[in-house]
Amino acid sequence: MEENKTKRYWKGVEELRNDPTFVKNANSEFANPDLSDSSNDLDGILGGSNTQRRDFLKVMGFGMAAVTLAACEAPVHKAIPYIKKPDLTFPSISDYYASTYTEGGEYASVLVETREGRPIKIEGNTLSSVSKGGTSARVQASVLSLYDIDKLKGPKRGESDIDWATADREIISQLNSVAARGGAIRLVTSTILSPATKAVIAEFIAKYPTASHIMYDANSAFGVVQANQASFGKAVIPSYDFSKAQTIVSVGADFLGTWIAPFEFAHSYSQGRKVGAVGNGKKTMSRHYQFETGLSMTGANADYRTAIKPSQEGLVVAALYNKVAAKLGGTAISTASVDVAHLDKAANDLAAARGKAIVVSGSNDPNVQIVVNALNNLLGSYGTTIDINTPVNYRQGNDQQMNAFIDEAKSGRVGAVLFFGANPVYEHPRGAELAESISKISLSVSFADRADETASLVKYIAPAPHYLECWSDAEPKQGFYSLAQPAITNIFKTRQFQSSLLTWIGKPSDFQVYLKNFWRTNRYPQASGFSSFDAFWVKCLNDGVFEPNKGAGVAGGASFAGNVAQAATGISQRYKPSTGLELALYEKVSIGTGSLANNPWLQEMPDPVTKACWDNYAALSQKTANELSLAQNDLVNVTVNGKSIELPVIIQPGQADNTVSVAIGYGREKAGKAANGVGKNAYPFASVAGGYVTLSSFSAKVEKAGGTREIAQTQTHDTVMGRHAVLQETILANYQKNPKAGRFEPKVVTSEGPKTSTDISLWNGYGKPNHSWGMVIDLNACLGCGACVISCQAENNIAVVGRQEVINRREMHWLRIDRYYSSDAEPENLKELEVASANPEVTFQPMLCQHCSNAPCETVCPVLATTHSTEGLNQMTYNRCVGTRYCANNCPYKVRRFNWFKYFDNDNFDYNFNNDLGKMAINPDVTVRSRGVIEKCSFCVQRIQESKLTAKKERRRLEPDEVQTACSQACSTGAIIFGDMNNPESTISKILTEEKDGRAFHVLEEINVRPQISYLTKIRNKDEEPKQATRQESHA
Amino acid sequence: MSHVTSAVRTPLVTGGKTYADVTEDISRQVEGKPTRAWTIAFTISVIVLIYGAACVFWTWWEGLGVWGLNKTVGWAWDITNFVWWVGIGHAGTLISAILLLFRQKWRTAVNRAAEAMTIFAVICAASFILMHMGRPWLALWALPLPNTFGSLWVNFKSPLVWDVFAISTYFTVSLVFWYMGLLPDLATIRDRARSKVSRYIYGAFSLGWNGSAKTWARYEYMSLILAGLSTPLVLSVHTIVSFDFATSVIPGWHTTIFPPYFVAGAIFSGFAMVQNLMLIIRVVFKLEDYITLEHIESMNKVITLTGSIVGVAYLTEFFIAWYSGVEYESYAFINRATGPYWWAYWAMMTCNVISPQLFWSRTIRRSIVWTFTLSVVVNIGMWFERFVIIVTSLHRDYLPSSWAMFHPTLFDISDYIFSFGLFFTLFLLFSKFLPVVNMAEVKTVIKSSSEKLPASVSGVAKGERVANPAFNKSVE
Repeated sequence: MEENKTKRYWKGVEELRNDPTFVKNANSEFANPDLSDSSNDLDGILGGSNTQRRDFLKVMGFGMAAVTLAACEAPVHKAIPYIKKPDLTFPSISDYYASTYTEGGEYASVLVETREGRPIKIEGNTLSSVSKGGTSARVQASVLSLYDIDKLKGPKRGESDIDWATADREIISQLNSVAARGGAIRLVTSTILSPATKAVIAEFIAKYPTASHIMYDANSAFGVVQANQASFGKAVIPSYDFSKAQTIVSVGADFLGTWIAPFEFAHSYSQGRKVGAVGNGKKTMSRHYQFETGLSMTGANADYRTAIKPSQEGLVVAALYNKVAAKLGGTAISTASVDVAHLDKAANDLAAARGKAIVVSGSNDPNVQIVVNALNNLLGSYGTTIDINTPVNYRQGNDQQMNAFIDEAKSGRVGAVLFFGANPVYEHPRGAELAESISKISLSVSFADRADETASLVKYIAPAPHYLECWSDAEPKQGFYSLAQPAITNIFKTRQFQSSLLTWIGKPSDFQVYLKNFWRTNRYPQASGFSSFDAFWVKCLNDGVFEPNKGAGVAGGASFAGNVAQAATGISQRYKPSTGLELALYEKVSIGTGSLANNPWLQEMPDPVTKACWDNYAALSQKTANELSLAQNDLVNVTVNGKSIELPVIIQPGQADNTVSVAIGYGREKAGKAANGVGKNAYPFASVAGGYVTLSSFSAKVEKAGGTREIAQTQTHDTVMGRHAVLQETILANYQKNPKAGRFEPKVVTSEGPKTSTDISLWNGYGKPNHSWGMVIDLNACLGCGACVISCQAENNIAVVGRQEVINRREMHWLRIDRYYSSDAEPENLKELEVASANPEVTFQPMLCQHCSNAPCETVCPVLATTHSTEGLNQMTYNRCVGTRYCANNCPYKVRRFNWFKYFDNDNFDYNFNNDLGKMAINPDVTVRSRGVIEKCSFCVQRIQESKLTAKKERRRLEPDEVQTACSQACSTGAIIFGDMNNPESTISKILTEEKDGRAFHVLEEINVRPQISYLTKIRNKDEEPKQATRQESHA
Repeated sequence: MSHVTSAVRTPLVTGGKTYADVTEDISRQVEGKPTRAWTIAFTISVIVLIYGAACVFWTWWEGLGVWGLNKTVGWAWDITNFVWWVGIGHAGTLISAILLLFRQKWRTAVNRAAEAMTIFAVICAASFILMHMGRPWLALWALPLPNTFGSLWVNFKSPLVWDVFAISTYFTVSLVFWYMGLLPDLATIRDRARSKVSRYIYGAFSLGWNGSAKTWARYEYMSLILAGLSTPLVLSVHTIVSFDFATSVIPGWHTTIFPPYFVAGAIFSGFAMVQNLMLIIRVVFKLEDYITLEHIESMNKVITLTGSIVGVAYLTEFFIAWYSGVEYESYAFINRATGPYWWAYWAMMTCNVISPQLFWSRTIRRSIVWTFTLSVVVNIGMWFERFVIIVTSLHRDYLPSSWAMFHPTLFDISDYIFSFGLFFTLFLLFSKFLPVVNMAEVKTVIKSSSEKLPASVSGVAKGERVANPAFNKSVE
């Protein structure tokens, strides 16, 4: 050892010599003196001078490697963290703001979910006693309209961009000059629900006295307003409460889908339709009669539905009135007699349900509405089911004023016009006339967010932002207020309408301040129990609503003072029995009047009844189609009043013979990429009769145009083929006798006698020790509106695939609503079973991943990409999926969706996933799936996980109903109930305990896949019909 | 392998071939220049292959959306083609393994080409396994790879994993068996080779075959062992392929009859394909003396037998669907026969059940034109059988709301055409560069089962007989 210490080894002769270069580099890892000044070499190389052969190779090598690496790497998008994190904003934690959705006269109090400052999801606000936490598909989809790439980025003069200062200067000077010469200034808007906005408008009119405010609605209810004026001296629309009605009769009113306030009505309607455990144990339900032309969503839910022609509408109302009057002692009126099915039955039921009856009509004819009022009056509906003392403000449009405005504009008597929330060139029957005369108006301004059909003709566009960027308020119902607050700052250089008006009258343009002051003066006095206005304001902002009238209830009846006889004369004059082909225009539940047409989610949302999307079409009954020798998809020319459009034919069971129904809201030309050229504009078919916009025509022509256009339908087979394992239904009388009525309980014959199929199993099953997530879907409460479908799409980043891919049957919706028509055929006749009845019974069945406990998809996946969780979830691991699609094939419910293409950043799918703005609506909690993988409903596992983590942090167990899926939350009728089946306190457990031996069934129970989703039988409040009775017996 | 063959049996080799004749006749196309017919056929195949490969590339590049599949029908032409090719791939091993064990001497003339066909058909089938995946670049995840490839294991419950094992085992064993059988012939060609290059290449591939008794003995042992190994595989591969359907829950798929029915169908279509290929080869390569009408007739008998089994299976399915009382099952079968795809069903019934029954007639059975036509018909029918099983079962299963139609696109068709390009390119390469008839094995039957010539000429090489008219005279 000693010896070793003294021994020295040199690395080289340099060490021995203690060379200065060596000493310098002695401690570095690579002490190679030759490389010490290599940085200078590099400079030389990079400078392009002094390049040696080896340098060249180095650079080449580096270059090749760099290029190769760059080619491998996906482009890096910058994620910039907050420099200074805003208080109370945490990345990945959602903030919710209460706000208010208004689109024309549509209203919903909403909660806006924002992530890192961007709204990504709209939920209903349960604090609102008006919208009661419900939403519609359009409300759900409205968040995507915020990120619409086709919107204007700033104000425009004609085609050119200008800045706001210039716009303000020019518009103010022109307004002043118009006002100075006494020229008429017209502010044309759709229904304005906001009292503060109306106050601004009033100030505007005060400043420019020649101004007046004209409201009109594309889906006008002016006839109702005028009828109430004539009947009760109140030009309003009353509140309707369907929950209190035992008998509901609707003549042409699609009150669950599109009429006045559909999802609000849907909520109260469903209260009367729920039975058993979900209906507080009651075993009675309302009976619903529907008389209508096309099969609407409301008609699809009716117990008795009669197809009538538009020319019979007034006569049916009058006949119903006469029949009820005969029973209840009213004065009869004389109109032409009309003979349609179920009229006597409806009258009998109405009379029997006096005080618990309701009659509504979708007609815009005041004469019809006066008779409806008289009928409701006879039935004692005022003060019970109808509350005229708490009117709603959803439709304030005045067709006569609008008509007069167009006349004025045509004759050049308008000096200035401002359009807000209105696109009359597109959506008014006289839009073409207006289009020609806008140029005659010296100052025309539109507040539209895009250069739409009207805005593209005006001189200035002062784009107003989306409602999620705005301050506002609303009074949907007298005494019920709500606030709208922005959830994001203005994305583009837009300015809200109110601020623009304030600017133009020379007031401070900050509408937030204005609104606050407005509430201080107008709302604060109505409130009590607040220490200061600020406390009140914060509370209202937090809750989103302020409802001083809440709980006031139905305040008394109303004394009817209408002239029924006169109305009857009006009806007689207008409605005459005809034999010709008639036209009925209608709104689709998804697209409505067309104002949100550029929303790809709504375009791709299948219509509840036809299951068609991305188009409008001419709906004909099979009989009429046969007479005209037309088939589905044939192109026809529909001609009304000399105007003609070419549409494909859809064969619609339930459509009145000799009628054609066409949806409005399509055929947009200047709405944007998603909407332009989709369908045809049917508004020109509407007409203004006696000052009222009417959406039907008693004389139409349908002629074969030659050629076909395939209609994109997500469901092409209409009937359930007598499969009781899929759809289980019964009638109320049977249900009252036996809660299991209508249930289908197949038995399997074994050596030990018959057994239920679930008693025999190959599988060991999975333990669900903690939670067992499940769902109950009440087929009685599901009205088919599709709000859940869009909610799911928004929550789960579901791609839009477009018309052709829907035709290819590749829509991606995780949740769909199956719609089945009944068939008249005998169960053995399989060919005939494929054909729907002429006027079918309809059932809606939401269908989503059933989260089978014995999931057929799980066993067949070769790579374990789909597996079972300990909480009863069937999980899909996108990363692991290799895309064999075996799982989708083996799914008995066909709920799995395959990514046939890359649906993002793909110009073939130029929707919201193809631009950076549209992608802002993406939910960061959910992966955007790549091509080649399967996806499906996850029971919103991201929400389950988030709630579980929150509970864990708070050291508690989950509350019984703490987790809600996107679909269950969106449903305004509570048809979808989600929860933990292991928690006895949860709603779902309570329902299932009660309904296990009642209405609850699993779809396809006999194949023993044991779904986590139970359905509750569909119950119709119908009398037993002989045929049905025998069939049920034979089935039993 | 010597055994006694009855004198009344029709000879397996005609034309009084000598050992030298066999070698000469069969090695001729390997050693000679490519014939005109071969060149034309090969050019066409390569063009088809290039076109098909471009379409397959586009399918891969764009995504499977270029096919006509949809949310309801998740498999159609892809898996139809896959099962069809796997089915075709059954004949080779059946001929070489089972018929070997059954001592069917006639197989010696056709087994080489049949085995080659098997291997190429399995390659085509495998190409559809890859093609049908949404993300084929991750296909390796279907293999039970060690954890370095990811922490997940495959799902042994999945019939697709069983498929991976079954097909890869079958492919491996078939390849080894085929190659084993090639060894003596490769050595023959090596020994006859004139150019250094071919001597080197054939020499390398013949693995030092020296023709010693020991080598021959090993060769025989190996043949028997591999035949023993292959025999269960013949049955297992299509049984397992049928599990892809049989273990599922879809009405029309969930059937216990599938394994035997699929195996019979596979042999049926495989023999039909062998017929097609052999009928061409025997003419083009002038091998009529080796692949005689006897061979054709024997294979036609097998086709009739398996076709009848398949027919019985079709009827049994219908009976069981009715007898089971299961609503979905009965509907699935009624829908097959009368639904929107009735034409596919009746095409299948006509081609598979009715057409092979024509072979009961000896004239038809021994007619080359009839045999060729009917073999094509059988393969069309068997393609339709898989299409019917896959598409008509899927397109209308449990929930009528999801019922949909499948319409093929250009890419469905072109990707199928690709497999033809691949198959024929490979087969033509094989037929040019390797002996299409197993010379060594044919020689084993020459003594016992060939056409006997007069004593004066027997043992005289054919070349000499042709050159010397005296010999010819005696033959006549």
